[in-house]
Amino acid sequence: MLNNQGRPTGAGESAPAYNRKTFTGNRALQTREALIFEIGRPEVSGIDIDEPEAFTPRLGALARKTPLDLPGLSEPETMRHYVRLSQKNYAIDAGLYPLGSCTMKHNPRLNEKLARLPGFADVHPLQPTSTVQGALELIEVLSGWLMELTGAHAVAMSPKAGAHGELCGMMAIKAALAARGEGSTRKVVLVPDSAHGTNPATAALIGFEVRAIPAREDGTVSAQAVREACGPDVAAIMLTNPNTCGLFEPEVVEIAAAIHEAGGYFYCDGANFNAIVGKVRPVDLGVDAMHINLHKTFSTPHGGGGPGAGPVVLSEALAPFAPAPFLRRMGADLEILTLVEETGDGAAFGRLTAFHGQMGMFVRALSYMMSHGSDGLRQASEDAVLNANYVRVGLGDVMSAPFGDRPCMHEALFDDNWLKGTGVTTLDFAKAMIDEGYHPMTMYFPLVVSGAMLIEPTESESRASVDLFIMTLRDLTFSVRRGELERFSGAPYYAPRRRLDETRAARQPILRWTPPAPIIEDEAAE
Amino acid sequence: MRYLPLTPEDRTSMLRRIGAPDIDALFADVPADKLLQELPDLPRRKSELEVERTLSRMAARNVAAGSVPFFVGAGAYRHHVPASVDHLIQRSEFLTSYTPYQPEIAQGTLQMLFEFQTQVANLTGMEVANSSMYDGSTGCAEAVLMAHRITRRKKAVLSGGLHPHYAEVVRTLSRMAGDDVMTMAPDVLAGEDMLACIDKTVSCVVVQTPDVFGNLRDLNALAAKCHENGALLIAVFTEAVSLGLIEPPGAMGADIVVGEGQSIGNALNFGGPYVGLFATRQKYVRQMPGRLAGQTLDANFERGFVLTLSTREQHIRREKATSNICTNSGLCALAFSIHMTLLGESGLRTLARVNHANAVKLADMLARVPGVEVLNETFFNEFTIRVKGDAGQLVERLAAQGILAGVPVSRLLPRAGFDDLLLIASTETNTDEDRAALVAALSSQLAH
Ligand SMILES: Cc1ncc(COP(=O)(O)O)c(C=O)c1O
Repeated sequence: MLNNQGRPTGAGESAPAYNRKTFTGNRALQTREALIFEIGRPEVSGIDIDEPEAFTPRLGALARKTPLDLPGLSEPETMRHYVRLSQKNYAIDAGLYPLGSCTMKHNPRLNEKLARLPGFADVHPLQPTSTVQGALELIEVLSGWLMELTGAHAVAMSPKAGAHGELCGMMAIKAALAARGEGSTRKVVLVPDSAHGTNPATAALIGFEVRAIPAREDGTVSAQAVREACGPDVAAIMLTNPNTCGLFEPEVVEIAAAIHEAGGYFYCDGANFNAIVGKVRPVDLGVDAMHINLHKTFSTPHGGGGPGAGPVVLSEALAPFAPAPFLRRMGADLEILTLVEETGDGAAFGRLTAFHGQMGMFVRALSYMMSHGSDGLRQASEDAVLNANYVRVGLGDVMSAPFGDRPCMHEALFDDNWLKGTGVTTLDFAKAMIDEGYHPMTMYFPLVVSGAMLIEPTESESRASVDLFIMTLRDLTFSVRRGELERFSGAPYYAPRRRLDETRAARQPILRWTPPAPIIEDEAAE
Repeated sequence: MRYLPLTPEDRTSMLRRIGAPDIDALFADVPADKLLQELPDLPRRKSELEVERTLSRMAARNVAAGSVPFFVGAGAYRHHVPASVDHLIQRSEFLTSYTPYQPEIAQGTLQMLFEFQTQVANLTGMEVANSSMYDGSTGCAEAVLMAHRITRRKKAVLSGGLHPHYAEVVRTLSRMAGDDVMTMAPDVLAGEDMLACIDKTVSCVVVQTPDVFGNLRDLNALAAKCHENGALLIAVFTEAVSLGLIEPPGAMGADIVVGEGQSIGNALNFGGPYVGLFATRQKYVRQMPGRLAGQTLDANFERGFVLTLSTREQHIRREKATSNICTNSGLCALAFSIHMTLLGESGLRTLARVNHANAVKLADMLARVPGVEVLNETFFNEFTIRVKGDAGQLVERLAAQGILAGVPVSRLLPRAGFDDLLLIASTETNTDEDRAALVAALSSQLAH
């Protein structure tokens, strides 16, 4: 068909397969983007700022002589560079992001807006406290919510992320043991094999010795195994609950009793708290310390790797052993106390970071929590668990679940048993999901399951979205069974990049841009 | 609830599909007596309007730095952040993605991190940088641990000019890990003799420049003495803009350079989130903490980027990892990198000169105020003054007049005999009116 200017309006007679390389290397919206070091120039700036009037510097002999080698771009060029880069990223706003343990849920924009209010964003941590009462009030209110939801007696707000919270909790335990005079005798921390790598890494960082506890056949830890591993040398157990297999530890109360009887403390990795908010309070289960990843459970955005925030709730036994600074209400005013003797308990174990924590994340998390309210928070946990079980059941007959068909919490775990002998690995399967427009699930974690695939749909997905996800994965499994290896072994085909060579990256690390060596004419060859 | 797409009908039919009689059947592993019957004792859900109203009321109780003459620094600095920076970091593809575990669909983040690492390395004068730490203080503690691993020694010597919070973070971690720390006395005039503390038992010396009192430190002699003794020199900075104007630690022999990157691209945020910058020599890269983006090729031999050298990290090495860090400060690193790209070398140099010029102008004005003594010989955009009387009370009185005058040293070092010292920072955001207001208010306060 032609329109009345004679312009063809059909889609073309037949559309033959076309694989010609383009001149630019771009493919329509998929553009190549050079590095700023290749397109920027040191004399260009995207910021107008005038040189100061002449003055006498006070730099002594230390004025910079070393070149900076920092390229600049004008503002339009800068916008284009970063917008083009952004277009090479997958994001929760663009699609289901079933990264188990990482909790990629919706990030409400209200939270972004509020965190940017000048009264929060443009406030200095060392302003007089009389000028930051609202900021301190926000921290106090958020602490109250976290304590109510966990049953805790206190909460340390300064940890910067989950792993930092682990460090905080384990330091509190170390301080409590030292106060009992058992600092040098209790050296062992029990860590199940299924634990996240940060758990053993944290324990080792402050001189604890890690003793592994095997998981049972069914993916959970038995109180009996804990009891047997306990002795006078045991400082604590680090247990994730719900655990990294997506299961609530059925014997958690007995495990807590066992560790307490043996004189140790119960550190709970709260990365999966999002499954149980409003359903059960961890401290009621016997937990002494637990970090909460605000960037998981309470939806502060991950930002491509951070920042996060990892407040640590503490039981009555550990509450005195928190890090400085302390927030105290003195009449109508809130004060920040930094001196150990002023905290009143005389037991603050020190300081984890400069200033007082991830305020920007606190604002976002409180906004999220207030938006949900007690009813919405519980509903969110229930929906997360419902969606995960729906995925589990929807895929249970075509993939293999290591622990049979027992219900899961907020994430469904599969292994690679069903892939054995097919020539397709967990990695291949994950990469084929990319071509279907999905971010893969967490793979090869937890380590206790062969070729693990940990799927966390979260409560943010509609039923239609979860249905399509299930149907897509089912289709992929049928493809595996039909032996369509090409769909997997070369995947992804349609992503901004084909599979990347990680071995090469590690063998000859190139960790920064360096100017290309000048091409030197080889005269001898002429 | 506006964030939850499942409808009551969805829930019922999904439960039926799962074969669960009700939602609590899925919570069957929770001990029955622990499963909460009542909702938590907290308010019910709120509309967007209500939440905004509640939190805005809290925000309004704070004095925003931009609303008053503002001279507060001591480890966090107010700079102008271009509008495009905040716009770009709020793009969904950056804001709502995870750590780039699947590089084929995370090239945006990975390339940005590679660029960030190069910018940090060039800024600090080092060979390699990682893709960020939580902040400067935790980066500093990690640097000490890294030095212990490299030297197989366990004793750190901290300069008296190191930000007291940083020193406390290092001491806390060291105490817990069973390592030794020696902290020099706080040193307002930068006259400490650190050379005398270096011997063959020392793992590392940690020096900040500009130091917490604002003095610039020449690191060359320290580096030489460290290296003679098999120790490492760790250089710390809390004001990244200073590196646009002063000689970088890498050019003075530092082995590890750590610092706070908040100044570039990031707001004050009442203390966080910030971004720790961490750089070192190529030969130490395998002892570095944190994530590293590296260049490689894809199956079509196209250039691409991946997270690399992860055999250092907790998810592979577990208790033998170089650090426990997992989530870092990716988005703050992005903000830093975009702002740095906008500045470019020429913009950064000018920005740094304007900061220095403003601080010099203010120092000269304050030096003429009776009852004020400017203590620094050298400084960048922050310096220490001695005032007549108690600096903490003075700052409170000035705050009541609507001027945020600086950080009393006693806030950082309580009861240490520094009650009359005040740190004053001045950046490009200060105007002549701001300076005049501070000088006038100080003069009248000190005249009493
Ligand atoms: C089970 C578990 N524990 C701990 C962590 C560490 O938390 P973060 O990344 O916030 O440091 C994570 C997340 O990565 C996790 O999934």
